Amino acid sequence: MEPYNIYICGVGGQGIIKTSIVIGEAAMKSDMGVVMSEVHGMAQRGGVVSTELKIGDSKSPIIEKGSTNLLIAFEPMEALRAIPKASEDTYVIVNTSPIMPFNIIGSEVPYPEIPDILDELKSKVKDVFALDAEKAAKDAGHILSLNMVMLGGATAVSDFPIGKEAVLKSMKANLPQKSIPINKKAYEKGFEFVSSR
Amino acid sequence: MNITKVLTGKEGEKLFLLGNEAAVRGTVEAGVSVASTYPGTPSSEIGDVLSKLAKDAGMYFEFSTNEKVALEVSAAAAASGLRSFTFMKHVGLNVAADSFMSVVYEGVNGGMIILSADDPSIFSSQNEQDNRHYARIAGIPTVEPSNPQEIKDMMKYGYELSEEFQIPVLMRTTTRVSHMRGVVELEKPNANKKTGYFKKDPKRFVPVPANAREMHRILVEKMEKIEDVASNSPFNRIFNKESKIGVITSGSAFNYAIDVIEKNDLAVNILKIGFSYPFPEKLVYDFIKDLDHVIVIEEVDPIMEKDILAVIGKYGLKTKVHGKLDETLPMIFEYTPDIVLEGMRKVIGINLKEKQSYEPDIPLPVRAPTLCSGCPHRAAYYTVKKAVEELGLDAVYPNDIGCYTLGIESPYEMADYLLAMGSSVGTSCGFSKSTDQSIVSFIGDSTFFHAGIPPLINAVHNKDKFVLVILDNRTTAMTGGQPHPGLPVDGMGEMAPEISIEKIVEAIGVKFLEVINPVSVDISKEIFKKALQFDGVAVVISKYPCMLTKKGVTSQLLMNVDPEKCDKCMNCLKELTCPSIYVAEDGSVNIDSMFCRGCSVCMQICPKKAIGAKRIS
Repeated sequence: MEPYNIYICGVGGQGIIKTSIVIGEAAMKSDMGVVMSEVHGMAQRGGVVSTELKIGDSKSPIIEKGSTNLLIAFEPMEALRAIPKASEDTYVIVNTSPIMPFNIIGSEVPYPEIPDILDELKSKVKDVFALDAEKAAKDAGHILSLNMVMLGGATAVSDFPIGKEAVLKSMKANLPQKSIPINKKAYEKGFEFVSSR
Repeated sequence: MNITKVLTGKEGEKLFLLGNEAAVRGTVEAGVSVASTYPGTPSSEIGDVLSKLAKDAGMYFEFSTNEKVALEVSAAAAASGLRSFTFMKHVGLNVAADSFMSVVYEGVNGGMIILSADDPSIFSSQNEQDNRHYARIAGIPTVEPSNPQEIKDMMKYGYELSEEFQIPVLMRTTTRVSHMRGVVELEKPNANKKTGYFKKDPKRFVPVPANAREMHRILVEKMEKIEDVASNSPFNRIFNKESKIGVITSGSAFNYAIDVIEKNDLAVNILKIGFSYPFPEKLVYDFIKDLDHVIVIEEVDPIMEKDILAVIGKYGLKTKVHGKLDETLPMIFEYTPDIVLEGMRKVIGINLKEKQSYEPDIPLPVRAPTLCSGCPHRAAYYTVKKAVEELGLDAVYPNDIGCYTLGIESPYEMADYLLAMGSSVGTSCGFSKSTDQSIVSFIGDSTFFHAGIPPLINAVHNKDKFVLVILDNRTTAMTGGQPHPGLPVDGMGEMAPEISIEKIVEAIGVKFLEVINPVSVDISKEIFKKALQFDGVAVVISKYPCMLTKKGVTSQLLMNVDPEKCDKCMNCLKELTCPSIYVAEDGSVNIDSMFCRGCSVCMQICPKKAIGAKRIS
């Protein structure tokens, strides 16, 4: 089976690695092959964080350029930075609330306007699901559930290869028990947003 | 998955493990008794997991003061008949190299694996040295796993090999293998020996010249025998497609090569080298002798490529070799499937499938990593900078390895010279002798214990003049918050004697020593000024906990900006670049209460006194 490639990107501290593990374990429990690459260390201090997941038959966890099936961007500008990995066959789910780089004051290159980011994404990929995941997470009960909003949205994308039940089971196995009600709510908000489109 | 599964997982169970977690499972299945490390990316998670599980596994584990000590702890355990495991990042092996060379001469009784995690493309290091060279300098059998399952399996294989030939084994991983996650099928754990016994044998264990000469002869004989084992190892596998073109590859590069070959349905033979040193010459000869072309796909240096050229020269073969030396593939940095595809295209010259892709049209600002909200390093850098400015000095800032290396960034720009762990202090000695500039060097607490003490002795003894700021944030922060000898806890979570940095500095004979709370800006600045004017070695210990540790929640304050008083001078944003301070869409300056840790430095430096503090109940 040609692998289903998921590229997840954002900023250190947003819960990107945890989200990726939830997806990967759900794939494994659904008897699919899965490999994943993650970046640790210095980058996590407010820098760009990305993970790559390949579900299906693949030895390497690195996605070839233009070969991402699903891009999950936890931060709008980082969605654009990931565009070389995407193509006109890629679905994108993107959080529209930005995180400014710490040195943006005095930076020669300004932070792009959010509508411009979304327009460029739309012009280059198959479909874009843009949502304010920060707001949805706060509504669910805690801003740190932002990653589960994104996960919920991702699993509602039409060709996502793993079933919702398997993803929810994996979520429960990987998050602290007392946080599950809020995270489940956050997940459903993301899921509802994408499936209602 | 709960991490305890790495220990309690049953035979046949499948876990989705990070390469580093799989290494820990390897120690459990191989019955390792002693493990030791100094934390370093990309190997750090091995220690993090061991520190949680070692006690329940009945294993001894420690975070040693540095990699050389870690290797010595494990060497002695192996000499005593126990299976031991020491692991480190690639440059850590430089620190350990002195004893590393000797342990290979002397050999072991219990099995010993030394894991070196290399960092191609330099994600989190100062270089991308290829530690397969160390295999050749030391003469040590070397295995190179390609994925988490292989890390675990090669650990078991490595211990058996190590005991059969009484020689330590080097496992070379790279970032993309250590930080790769994959499905790992478990085998059954094996009980470890609780106690060893050291049987004296000076001819084996004391390399005075007469003994060392004999040891070297024995080592060379061992390695000749092990070459046969490598040529027949199950980790050196041929995927034969009856082609005249072949690929020889190892580690992460194997994953890219096989994916490119399978995806494009190419008729190319593959030799996957997992047991890479001694170089399996006989196997390689058999693989290439009838080929027209062989493409060598390896990260980082052209090591196998040169070994293959040697085989071709030795046997007078006509096979053409492609790789780094003929620019088929890049000489530096890690590979990707796209890079491998491009290299194969050059040799095979056929149409390979390639997806089109775009670059972003809008220019994007860089997002560099930065010091966290409330990080005490930020306060220390700000204050030293002000002290230097107010005294009108021309200062050089030797820096060291840790989170605080981020002091290189604007607006601090206080990392001027850096070589390696502990070099801030040693190079300050050199600057002190070579220039009349003021010298302020920075070193972290863990790095001070690791390699900062001998050069400080050197500085005092040789009458140098500089200010050493020891940034004591009570943890090894950069690698994820491991303990070090300055804390009352050890690697297995037990109470442990706390070694006082102050007492060490005093005992060395430093005549100017102050301990500051860096978030008290004015007091700290005056102390730095005095230190800068001191004629000799001045040490300032800047003590305040890392914000990422639980103990970091020290402040009960929450900062806020009074919009009436703020004239938007942006002083706080420009001078501190604290991630909590931001400009809202209406242009007003705000502090994000979600991320502010209440260090109050911004309040102390605001020229308009527009920043206030609220006590959190």
